[in-house]
Amino acid sequence: MLDVIRGVLSFSFYEGLVFGLVAIGVYLTLRVLAFPDLTVDGSYTLGGATAAVLIVAGVHPFLATLAAVGAGLCAGLMTGLLNTKLRLPALLAGILMMVGLYSINLRIMSGANVSLLREVTTFDKVAGFLGLRSGSIEVSIIVALVLAGIVFFLLNWFLHTEIGLTLRATGDNEQMVRGLGVNTDMTTILGVSVANGLVALAGAVVAQGQGFADVGMGIGMIVMGLASVIIGESLFRPRGVARLLLTAIGGAFVYRLFITIALRLGMAPGDLKLITAVLVIIALAIPYIKKKLRHEWIPPAVRW
Amino acid sequence: MKRKGLSVFLGSLCLVLIALLFMPGCAAEEKVYKVCITQIATHPDLDSNRQGIIDAMAEEGFVEGENVEFIIRNAEGDMTTAASIADYFVSLEPDLIQAITTPSAQTVVAAAEGTDIPIIFSSVTDPIAAGLVPSWEEAAPHVTGVSDWFEMPPQVEFILSVLPNIKVLGTAYNPGEVNAAVQAQILKEVAPDYGLTVVEATAASTADVYAAGMSLVGRCDAVWIPTCNTVGGVGIESIIQVGEENHLPIFGSAVGMIGKGLVGGCSVDYYWIGKQAGYMAAKILRGKDIADIPPMKSAVSTVVYPAAAARMGITIPQAVIDKADIVLED
Repeated sequence: MLDVIRGVLSFSFYEGLVFGLVAIGVYLTLRVLAFPDLTVDGSYTLGGATAAVLIVAGVHPFLATLAAVGAGLCAGLMTGLLNTKLRLPALLAGILMMVGLYSINLRIMSGANVSLLREVTTFDKVAGFLGLRSGSIEVSIIVALVLAGIVFFLLNWFLHTEIGLTLRATGDNEQMVRGLGVNTDMTTILGVSVANGLVALAGAVVAQGQGFADVGMGIGMIVMGLASVIIGESLFRPRGVARLLLTAIGGAFVYRLFITIALRLGMAPGDLKLITAVLVIIALAIPYIKKKLRHEWIPPAVRW
Repeated sequence: MKRKGLSVFLGSLCLVLIALLFMPGCAAEEKVYKVCITQIATHPDLDSNRQGIIDAMAEEGFVEGENVEFIIRNAEGDMTTAASIADYFVSLEPDLIQAITTPSAQTVVAAAEGTDIPIIFSSVTDPIAAGLVPSWEEAAPHVTGVSDWFEMPPQVEFILSVLPNIKVLGTAYNPGEVNAAVQAQILKEVAPDYGLTVVEATAASTADVYAAGMSLVGRCDAVWIPTCNTVGGVGIESIIQVGEENHLPIFGSAVGMIGKGLVGGCSVDYYWIGKQAGYMAAKILRGKDIADIPPMKSAVSTVVYPAAAARMGITIPQAVIDKADIVLED
């Protein structure tokens, strides 16, 4: 019994860390920049595809993972340029990139699926280095923990630099930031790029963990990211950068925990998506109901 | 405020742990085999594949509720869920895992790395490219299975037996589906041997199927549809409409799609595939070494549908009808 609980928690912990990267990306765009970015479904697969193809070609898995981040940065850069230079609405820019990336991912993989089952991945390298059994959950968690840790420190540092502060201010009040003589186009592009770089990193890690990259692997990733962010926010009420990053990871953990448990309890398979929807609605409704009970002012819903 | 958030979190965690206490199948006294089945999505072919597994195992004396417990999960198209299912199955330490389709099989093999749980895949078109087995002749250390791979020449020969004088063969498929893309590629390689050229149309989603079909009108003499869930599955009605409106004969590769109104074709039988995977499972549970069971390809049967052929403006020669394994009627 304890083993079962340990198994469920450790697997969800691993997934929470990895998909926490997606959630951080979504958090950066949606909450920090107020830029609803739908590139995510495409850039996640882009990361997986890039890493997989390079690993099969014999590139060191660490380098392949890094290249995946680079590919994601480029995808985000494109979305940012579409939005700021061509003045496309953020939603549309993201959708167009998501659609376009589908074809690009097919081209990168020269097909719909690249197998990594007999290849040496980041996980195998780390397992070999630590002398642990390759494919064990401990190795997965160590890899995810190290990556999440690196991302945490880099972002925490970056968002406190001058440029990071203007990036955060852009989302709060673009007019004011522009009034101060800051080029908000640049901060928007930077933010969207970094977000998609993180999402691609998650895709690259997942592809190596699950043993393949597939053109369909990113479907629903934006929903997972949004759900994680919303659940995280209602549970942890983030203030400050560090808490914000932990919120995204925590939200992803809770979200994946619910899915894992639903699977193990034998929920009818088709109902899983409904659980996601209900979970997000509940997470969104709790703060609303609380405010309602206290007769506080409730801002109207956003309509992008 | 902060405390409340935390207590909500802890509360839900407690609920979770309580829920886990009620998990089924924690301990069994007598030998009941635990067999896990995972599939990527709900689809008529994949569902009959699964049913074939269960039926064949029952035939061999492994009956659900008596000496076998089936744990069946479906990822409903979500690959992240497929990975969660794979991890769950491996944590159950079952006697055997059946994985239906390429991504399901790949996630299970990755999750079971380092264990010796026997894994049987089915409905994987190219298990070698998917990294599941080293070749058609040998199983991987604990992985083997049944492919829905079929040889292309019989498909082309069947079309030529119905329409001997065609020069250009069209095909429509979703490039995002591995199975379909591999088949279309092989068709292009094989066609020149029969003096045929191939033109392609692709549809990334069901909504694009009609347009893809229309784009083939005038560019080819007949169309062949691979085992593609998008064009041959959900979107097949659109293709049939194109064929009937423009008198363009359309051939298929599975009895399911042909039955909707195609001229005919060589068909893979997913129920048969499932049954072979079930027989393999029975052998392994009885103690046979998985290394002695090489992966196998699917058998095909020829299917004709004379009434549908007439609607697409052609008549199937009587000799072909006489030789067909399955003759469909309205």
